[in-house]
Amino acid sequence: MLFTENVLVALSGLKANIMRSLLTMLGIIIGIASVIAIMTVGNSITLIVNSTMQGLGANNIQVAIMQKSTEDSEESGVNYGGGYVRDLTDEDLITKEMLKSLTDEFKDDIKYVMLTEQVGDYYSTSKVSRNGKDAKVQIVGYNRDYMEFNDKEVLGGRSFITTDYKEGKSVCMVSDKLVERLYKGDNDAVIGTEIEVVSSDGTFNDFYVVGVYKYVADSISFGESDNPKTEVLVPLNTARKINHTANKGFEYFMLVTSVNTDNVTFVTKVRDFFNVNFYSRNDAFEVAAVSMDSMMDSLNTMISMIKLALSVIAGISLVVGGIGVMNIMLVSITERTKEIGTRKALGATNSSIRLQFITESVVICVIGGIIGIFLGVGLGMLAVKLMGYDAVVSVSSVVIAVGFSMAIGIFFGYYPANKAAKLNPIDALRYE
Amino acid sequence: MAENTMLDLRNIHKSFFIGTPNEFEVLHGLNFTVNKGEFVSIVGQSGSGKSTLMNIIGALDRPTAGEYSLDGIDIEKAKDHELSALRNKKIGFVFQTYNLIARTTALKNVELPMMYAGMGRQERMERAKMLLEQVEMTDRMMHKPDELSGGQKQRVAIARAMANDPAIILADEPTGALDSATGRLIMDIFHKLHEEQGKTIVLITHSPELSRETQRIITLKDGSIVGESAGSWTGLNAKEGE
Repeated sequence: MLFTENVLVALSGLKANIMRSLLTMLGIIIGIASVIAIMTVGNSITLIVNSTMQGLGANNIQVAIMQKSTEDSEESGVNYGGGYVRDLTDEDLITKEMLKSLTDEFKDDIKYVMLTEQVGDYYSTSKVSRNGKDAKVQIVGYNRDYMEFNDKEVLGGRSFITTDYKEGKSVCMVSDKLVERLYKGDNDAVIGTEIEVVSSDGTFNDFYVVGVYKYVADSISFGESDNPKTEVLVPLNTARKINHTANKGFEYFMLVTSVNTDNVTFVTKVRDFFNVNFYSRNDAFEVAAVSMDSMMDSLNTMISMIKLALSVIAGISLVVGGIGVMNIMLVSITERTKEIGTRKALGATNSSIRLQFITESVVICVIGGIIGIFLGVGLGMLAVKLMGYDAVVSVSSVVIAVGFSMAIGIFFGYYPANKAAKLNPIDALRYE
Repeated sequence: MAENTMLDLRNIHKSFFIGTPNEFEVLHGLNFTVNKGEFVSIVGQSGSGKSTLMNIIGALDRPTAGEYSLDGIDIEKAKDHELSALRNKKIGFVFQTYNLIARTTALKNVELPMMYAGMGRQERMERAKMLLEQVEMTDRMMHKPDELSGGQKQRVAIARAMANDPAIILADEPTGALDSATGRLIMDIFHKLHEEQGKTIVLITHSPELSRETQRIITLKDGSIVGESAGSWTGLNAKEGE
């Protein structure tokens, strides 16, 4: 009963001094708004990163050749200093035979061994031209496992067949975007014809088009939606023929494990398998393996840490805002000394005076907090939209923000309220 | 203590700045009683100690020495929160400067003591309306203090003083800030409360003229009672008949 009465008194007080109330709230508004905005942006980025990585395959394990670390060099008694020993040579690469023994060893765990190789630099642009129009492309070779895992939707024609993979035939699949741009979306016009891919350095490669796949924009390649650079898919061996790497090993590959495999331990098994069997006597290189799971974990931890650090900084402005509220409460109590005396003469106890002023400071902080939430959500969503993604508002941060602004109200309201409660009624009544 | 004693003050001393070189005594052992249903005035010049005495009577302050009981309750033994309850239920204050709570309506002002007494919302609103009707303020009860004239404010203040049906109304220069015609109106309300409802009223004033309107005059000078005399009031109707 006293509570609603107190809230009404507080509200009428705020209304009477609108400018002052707003300025007092400003600290709280800015503090809460920045915390919420940071949380919104952070959560959205986390979600985007996760879904992107999920798209790459959460149960992937990436295996790559790495320089042996300094510690290991010391352990093996060979120390060339700095970790760098020499450049990578063909002898250091992972051979087909190694892959074969790996799959034999872990038959039950490994579902796919995915190999890929690009033709040309990713940053230089190759083109397919027709009737004076260009489509930007990138030639990428995939092995059969990779194609099966990726499972791109075939819109017309067919995917590669065994002889394509085995013999490295000059066949390709092009994206529907390319067909749309160069062939007005007519799949039949391109399937069965030969296209010429011209790279930026002038070399060209001809492929026989066997199929059209559906292009899916990945969230990393934003900004070029009207004419995106799409992949011309070719069998792995085709790409290796063009690159003259057909007889070489691999620097890098991916594994997809079966559902029951625990990736965290399996990563170690794969690494040890290579390093014990094939790289123990290599002076400079070894094999490193990481699972997408653990990469995702560490990335998420990193984002959370950044989010936390920024929120703490924003939180400082909340504390400053709280001090502002305390300050204005002290002023207000001095102004209303006589009112406090009158209330005491009319029978208000110390605790009811204290409650009245704490309520007032909580009301200021909660209203400020609510305005801050709207502002913060708005700013956060705007920022995420500007980055080109969908915003995800964190409900928990909103709830926490309301609770936190309440706590600030109580914490910074207590001292002034207590001061008011302890006023001597005679002195308060006599105050002019 | 007699059955019908409302206030009983015995050997009341009040000193300020106790224990410092500036220590001085304002009240030097006052003795007096006020009976139930009496209308008494305490009159004195400024500096006579009447404000200090009013604070003690109003349970806003405690005497340094002496005994004081109000409606049978020993004040000097009461704890702070008991004094709050006592002020709330037993005493109705009327101040010279009205002391209405700004930014709240006349109605809410009258409700305030009932709210502190824990009365329900509906009940206190009805009673506040009734009290405002008694002081003829019904048509202005939704107005805020700064929209009211001095006389109207004081009428609201009297209604507020009556809120918890107190044992005693303590009025400190209630007409001090009003012109004589309005002051007359306010005094008539006090007489009405006294005569029609039998309220015990203690009026504190510096004006001998006003004090003569009461039944008994206690004259205070330099912290001591220097005289008690009967007033010349003969009743509201008698005044009109004059």
